[in-house]
Amino acid sequence: MADKDNILEELTQSEYKYGFISDFEADSAPKGLNEDIVRFISSKKGEPDWLLEWRLKAFRNWQKMKEPKWSSVSYPEINYQDIIYYSAPKQKVAPESLDEIDPELIETFEKLGISLQEQKRLTGVAVDAVMDSVSVATTFKDKLSELGIIFSSFSEAVKEHPDLVRKYLGSVVPMNDNYFSALNSAVFSDGSFCYIPKGVRCPMELSTYFRINAANTGQFERTLIVADEGAYVSYLEGCTAPMRDENQLHAAVVEIHAAKDAEVKYSTVQNWYPGNKEGKGGIYNFVTKRGICAGSRSKISWTQVETGSAVTWKYPSCILKGDDSIGEFYSVAVTNNYQQADTGTKMIHLGKNTKSRIVSKGISAGKSQNSYRGLVKVMKRAENARNYSQCDSLLMGDQCGAHTFPYIEASNNSAHIEHEATTSKIGEDQLFYCNQRGIDTEQAVALIVNGYAKEVLSKLPMEFAIEAQKLLAITLEGSVG
Amino acid sequence: MLNIQDLKASIEGNQILKGINLEVKAGEVHAIMGPNGSGKSTLASVLAGREEFEVNGGEVSFEGENLLELSPEDRARKGIFLAFQYPVEIPGVSTTNFLKSAINQIREYNGKKPMDAVHFLKHIKEKMKLVEIDQSLLSRSLNEGFSGGEKKKNEIFQMAVLEPKLAILDETDSGLDIDALRIVANGVNKLRSKDNSVIVVTHYQRLLNYIVPDYVHVLYEGRIVRSGTKDLAFELEEKGYDWIKEEFNSTPA
Repeated sequence: MADKDNILEELTQSEYKYGFISDFEADSAPKGLNEDIVRFISSKKGEPDWLLEWRLKAFRNWQKMKEPKWSSVSYPEINYQDIIYYSAPKQKVAPESLDEIDPELIETFEKLGISLQEQKRLTGVAVDAVMDSVSVATTFKDKLSELGIIFSSFSEAVKEHPDLVRKYLGSVVPMNDNYFSALNSAVFSDGSFCYIPKGVRCPMELSTYFRINAANTGQFERTLIVADEGAYVSYLEGCTAPMRDENQLHAAVVEIHAAKDAEVKYSTVQNWYPGNKEGKGGIYNFVTKRGICAGSRSKISWTQVETGSAVTWKYPSCILKGDDSIGEFYSVAVTNNYQQADTGTKMIHLGKNTKSRIVSKGISAGKSQNSYRGLVKVMKRAENARNYSQCDSLLMGDQCGAHTFPYIEASNNSAHIEHEATTSKIGEDQLFYCNQRGIDTEQAVALIVNGYAKEVLSKLPMEFAIEAQKLLAITLEGSVG
Repeated sequence: MLNIQDLKASIEGNQILKGINLEVKAGEVHAIMGPNGSGKSTLASVLAGREEFEVNGGEVSFEGENLLELSPEDRARKGIFLAFQYPVEIPGVSTTNFLKSAINQIREYNGKKPMDAVHFLKHIKEKMKLVEIDQSLLSRSLNEGFSGGEKKKNEIFQMAVLEPKLAILDETDSGLDIDALRIVANGVNKLRSKDNSVIVVTHYQRLLNYIVPDYVHVLYEGRIVRSGTKDLAFELEEKGYDWIKEEFNSTPA
């Protein structure tokens, strides 16, 4: 008889391949958090007074707030005074072009498989890369600016387009929305800003790459995407971090504003370091992502492939304010070893004829815990709102857990809400069937998992879909018997 | 090609195969018949390497190699194909995609380069005609929502694509109407050659009208109790299995 669990354990031997540490000098704030640190960050970035005030207000709010405990993840108490809130790879002067960037930094990005040079020349993807706290380089800027598209680091946007930033910052995720968004608002260091003007279809994928490098450092980036009337943009975010024994905190905020007839597609491939096989180390990923379909017929689509982080707490949401607006959430969340994920979405229907669609595919292996938590809320004046939710869980082995917490609140009788949920296991039958056709177990798992997640993966831009498929296979390498 | 000697196998402590002897030469078609519970499907599963069964005696060699030492995937890569009695569903994976993975892993094992997309599609198209299978079926999730007949046809199609040396059909005829039966049998017949062999496991003689075997064996209580030509199948059809059982039970073991 095959010992299923043994095979399972054997198969969970995959190593995190992005775990290198780059060796360059960092310019850091001292550990800990107080008003001085907030001022330090703001002055480092040369920010205007209004933004400093905004940060301080957020900080004061945060001090009064308590860390949320309602999710089904557990982790040791975070000592917020033991974290470095600002760390920048040291650079003498602000870079004018890619040529001026520290070669070591460029090398780091090449290891990540995102050579900025290559990206610039070969692909149609514009990349903004954020290392620790600052944005390092933005490719393709010139080409985009011809169309009036602004795609830059957040700090740069604050300097060059203060009115736009001021208008939209905190408009979707208010600074005191929750504990982590308040923290982010106080100490956010950098991130990406994107503005697509009226009627413009962004001709290429815009992409941000985040990496935490320095030890004991939190990464608090802020992304703000504004699509004006009739605009379209597809945006991708990727994340990695080195392997470290200590846990690192990542508390980002992403805000999306879609005006009338605008469409924003936001895709994430999250591969933060998940900790080792015994559950030591890894990233705490506490992220607030929210978009507002402000105008009629606007559309926001979230697609996420979550394979990393020790603890994930993340609910990309849509506020469907405009009539006939559409919100979508497609998610694959994989947990292995001791990872914990509590993720899902909120769809808030405010406008008439608003539609939302939720497809969540959880995959749990090892001793991990994977929860879907979602809210579909139909407000009083949201006539004819429609929602379809599908929450599937796939289990590998018998030591992991999958949980589903769907919340539905409908205050309008015309609402149509459908919810489907399934739980399945990769069967020995399926594996043997593949084996009998000459396909080894590892590839069989990859095949079955990719088949299971197909509906979500197919929503990703082509090149990232392929990367995501590989990532799924690597994450689950050897996790089934 | 295949040589089975005194093969014994059990599952969860129940001895199912109690000493099977069988030799299958290249180009031959053997039918294994027998009443329910005689061990026919167990034999097919053990040959394919299903791990729930514990082999606790005997030897099996395939082209001179010890088959029992090989993993299921390596057996497949060496040319053993099992058409499943109950084909398994794999949601989100099309037959085409599945077979592409299979063909390329088999090729890699045998030191060949992966088949490029153009050749693969050409190969698939040829075999589709052979087993009268529809393109739309191949792009759907493997076996998901397939009718019983579609599943069996798909098994034979996979066999045609993978071109095994030894095909084992495990009750491929069960649940098929007469038309589907004919298509399945035609598919098998077209693949018969002097180089490859087929073991047909069946409960009924019906399939053997279409796939004419060189030898027929009757399995009962985990042993082959009688072997003959296709006439034996007719005899079984006429008289049922009871006389075999009686004969066997009256003979001192």
